[in-house]
Amino acid sequence: MIKAVMVINTQGKPRLAKFFEYLPLEKQQELIRNVFGVLCSRPENVSNFVEAESIFGPDSRLVYKHFATLYVIFVFDSSENELAMLDLIQVLVETLDRCFKNVCELDIVFNYSKIHTILDDIICGGQVLETRSTEIMRAVEEISKLEAAPNAITLIPKSSSGWLSR
Amino acid sequence: MGSQGGFYQSKEFLDLVKSIGEARSKAEEDRIVLGEIDTLKRRISEPDIPKRKMKEYIIRLVYVEMLGHDASFGYIHAVKMTHDDSLLVKRTGYLAVTLFLNEDHDLIILIVNTIQKDLKSDNYLVVCAALNAVCKLINEETIPAVLPQVVELLAHPKEAVRKKAIMALHRFYQKSPSSVSHLVSNFRKRLCDNDPGVMGATLCPLFDLITIDVNSYKDLVISFVSILKQVAERRLPKAYDYHQMPAPFIQIKLLKILALLGSGDKQASENMYTVVGDIFRKCDSSSNIGNAVLYECICCVSSIYPNPKLLESAADAISRFLKSDSHNLKYMGIDALGRLIKISPEIAEQHQLAVIDCLEDPDDTLKRKTFELLYKMTKSTNVEVIVDRMIDYMISINDNHFKTEIASRCVELAEQFAPSNQWFIQTMNKVFEHAGDLVNIKVAHNLMRLIAEGFGEDDDTADSQLRSSAVDSYLHILGEPKLPSVFLQVICWVLGEYGTADGKYSASFITGKLCDVAEAYSNDETVKAYAVTALMKIYAFEIAAGSKVDMLPECQSLMEEFLASHSTDLQQRAYELQAVIGLDAHAVESIMPSDASCEDIEVDKALSFLNGYIQDSIEKGAQPYIPESERSGMLNISKFRNQDHHEASSHGLRFEAYELPKQTVQSRIPPASLASTELVPVPEPMYARESYPTTTVSSASSDAGSTELKLRLDGVQKKWGRQTHSPATSTSSTTSQKTVNGITQVDGSNTSNSRTRETYESRKQQVEITPEKQKLAASLFGGSSKTEKKPATGHKISKSSSYMVEKSHVPKSSMEIASEKKAPIQQPPDLLDFGEPTIQSNAPSIDPFKELEGLLEPTTEVASAKNHSSTAAATKSPDIMGLYTDTPAGIHNKDDSDILSGLSNPPVTHMLDGTTRTQVAQSSKGPNLKDSLQKDALVRQMGVTPSSPNPILFKDLLG
Repeated sequence: MIKAVMVINTQGKPRLAKFFEYLPLEKQQELIRNVFGVLCSRPENVSNFVEAESIFGPDSRLVYKHFATLYVIFVFDSSENELAMLDLIQVLVETLDRCFKNVCELDIVFNYSKIHTILDDIICGGQVLETRSTEIMRAVEEISKLEAAPNAITLIPKSSSGWLSR
Repeated sequence: MGSQGGFYQSKEFLDLVKSIGEARSKAEEDRIVLGEIDTLKRRISEPDIPKRKMKEYIIRLVYVEMLGHDASFGYIHAVKMTHDDSLLVKRTGYLAVTLFLNEDHDLIILIVNTIQKDLKSDNYLVVCAALNAVCKLINEETIPAVLPQVVELLAHPKEAVRKKAIMALHRFYQKSPSSVSHLVSNFRKRLCDNDPGVMGATLCPLFDLITIDVNSYKDLVISFVSILKQVAERRLPKAYDYHQMPAPFIQIKLLKILALLGSGDKQASENMYTVVGDIFRKCDSSSNIGNAVLYECICCVSSIYPNPKLLESAADAISRFLKSDSHNLKYMGIDALGRLIKISPEIAEQHQLAVIDCLEDPDDTLKRKTFELLYKMTKSTNVEVIVDRMIDYMISINDNHFKTEIASRCVELAEQFAPSNQWFIQTMNKVFEHAGDLVNIKVAHNLMRLIAEGFGEDDDTADSQLRSSAVDSYLHILGEPKLPSVFLQVICWVLGEYGTADGKYSASFITGKLCDVAEAYSNDETVKAYAVTALMKIYAFEIAAGSKVDMLPECQSLMEEFLASHSTDLQQRAYELQAVIGLDAHAVESIMPSDASCEDIEVDKALSFLNGYIQDSIEKGAQPYIPESERSGMLNISKFRNQDHHEASSHGLRFEAYELPKQTVQSRIPPASLASTELVPVPEPMYARESYPTTTVSSASSDAGSTELKLRLDGVQKKWGRQTHSPATSTSSTTSQKTVNGITQVDGSNTSNSRTRETYESRKQQVEITPEKQKLAASLFGGSSKTEKKPATGHKISKSSSYMVEKSHVPKSSMEIASEKKAPIQQPPDLLDFGEPTIQSNAPSIDPFKELEGLLEPTTEVASAKNHSSTAAATKSPDIMGLYTDTPAGIHNKDDSDILSGLSNPPVTHMLDGTTRTQVAQSSKGPNLKDSLQKDALVRQMGVTPSSPNPILFKDLLG
């Protein structure tokens, strides 16, 4: 099963953290720090996998992907396939991209609850539930429709370039 | 409007995020967040906050908590939000509680009711939100409250709800299998769901269930195979395609399940061959996800009953992975290789250069994975190279977790495959020196015991050489600054026991060293205790030998210090030392017999030697001993008078002390046995219990009963080091060697291992430009690339019980493999591991520690001798022994180009075909100069050139 999903920016600030097994707050922060410590010391052009047993305990693997200013990180156990998890990151990011049209770090920060909604659709109770981004989009839009309201919403500034590097 | 469909956020929140983003230090960020918390605390408790505003506050709380600050003051508001009627507010509430609370939080009880209600809602979005919360928040106690609704939802018209209901049920199963055990059949039913997504979701719980109990699901093999077939043939809606692959995630899950179901089950596996073969063909290896499916196929193939064709496809896929430029694929390739070599060990040869490249790779992850692979393919022919590399790597890293792991692996490999005791001790020394504080204390006791017991045979000269070489090396190592405590304990023990045994060093020299240790590590009491006991032994041996003992001045001052030590243990040891020194030679000899640490000690539990003393006392008018049972009866009588009081107390609290446990009546250690207890000189009960289980399996269990077991070494199976096999077996194997060999023991000293090394070295002298990497490859893969693969398999299987699964495979159709698989089962595994080294261990060489270097001896004679012995040995273990001895002989007779071609040009196509293996191996033996040249050229092309020398790499080969 998947143990955790994290999005950390390249300065080490967590942008999203979801743990599928409950962990106390301090432990979560410690794990995020440790993961960032490992990731930022990794050179370019190496594999997307990291030995995570020293951070997350036995039977845990970590797959990450580096997009412009963000690391997207999945932590899971041996019942998942590393390469498939890498693609699940891709699914998540593609969905976000569809959702926000050229998604950037700020989108994730400002649409915190929406990202969680998307993640809840992809992963449920630590198991991969849905991998079709169209389907996820449909579910999210349905909720967005309800959201539509008369109140004006401030326009969110976006960074000029997309961060989705493929 | 809005940020392209983003949910509503206020300006305030944007400002907060922005200011946090711009914060230049952690302190500044903390200040901003604390300010935010204050604001939220104030605002959130105001009356009549609009829902929308409240929702935002909660989101802000979640954000604050993600940044690591406590937001518990807002939990109750999040809980309140889940009660709201508006879907959006409710969803936010659920999101917040799933992130804030754990399943045992006090507030959960306030949510369960809401969840129950929401699960019955008409709006499927509400139901989904509630199911999300169910997955996270329902614990074992609350499962019954929601279980009926969740089960009902399995038949919900919306597929999204059905999926989540399955996941919730799966979660219940994970948390408390018993509470949903009657509902497990629902998963089977849902497998036939009309919606492929629901079917796919069902695979998750089924995978877990099958992992736990394979046999109950064998009937589903056909269904899984047909589902997989349909998926692979693109029968699913186009929407399930991902990067042109049909539903790859479902394929992967199915392949995982099939791997479980087909493991060791020929009949089930046969159903899978076609579909797995199809997927191998159809997989698009250019996309990441295609490779993920391919990798899963390899895992499946290596798990199910082997099929030659599939193994071939798997090997092809692995070689594609390893040749790829992508580190990810290399990683997967190495991992897959590790799986496949369990079935067909010969496949590793093809990829030796790729593997070595990975070992040199800057990517740490890949490096570690490769070490894992090497660990799996270690056998007695390559153990030296692999363990050396591991130790080098261990020294180079800082990560304690991984250091510990590598250290324990080195120890494990060394214990299993050590070619000689000398090598074992040297390796252990290195491990202790660099990771001493990380390895288990048991390893140290193991090493001491190995040195003490030697080979457990009658060959005393070799034993004493081993010891004196150990003493030499330890005296040398003591010069190093800052050694780990565990290692120092070993050193002290060995110096005490054997420091003066061979007469090379004087007692004053050794005692001086020991005093130095005790002084240098003066804050380590355990080390000091070991040192004092070692001193006592040295002096005792001196006295027993009849020589006069002069205590060194520094030793005397040390003793004075210890006599006044705060540690009672040190004190006692010092007093004991004082007492021993005052005794005469005869008494000392019976207290501290020389080299008796392995002798069994008879424990007279009845304490019969005290009978005379008791008799005397009774005659003098002492009270006779009253057994405990009678004594307690007397106590009752004596208590009779204050019965009233007693009665009263028996109802209320009990004020008397509890009776002592029966087992405390234990014999004291007779003084004569002191010497033997010295194996563990620290008498703290914890410590003794720690260490003694290492010596025996049986005592470990009885120790749990907290009986004092310090001395019960009799009739106990020897557990570690070379002694793993019982003395009976080891003796028989060696004697058979001795008698049949018909050669002197000096010849015997050339083990196949040393000869292998020797051939490499001689080859190096003859062929100047041999690529260095190939040499490493040769030493790593050498054993298997030679004529036979069987020893490898034997070792793989015998190595550990973790290959039980593999053993349960019925072997391939060919007879040859059948025998290969059987061999290790018939015999104790360690016999295989050490069958070969025993020969060397008998060698009475002059200096065992230098022996490894002096291996360049003529081998032709030995080779023939070995062949001779192999036939004889065949009576005992038909294949294995013969193979060991054959291997090096074969190498030696070939010329260099042969070896190269044999190494670098393995018969790729036939590798997997069990039935034709022997022939193939034969053909690969023949001269194939052209191929080897081509290969060499290819190697250079691929950048694996010898132009990038790596001195460390070949140190072990060049001696």
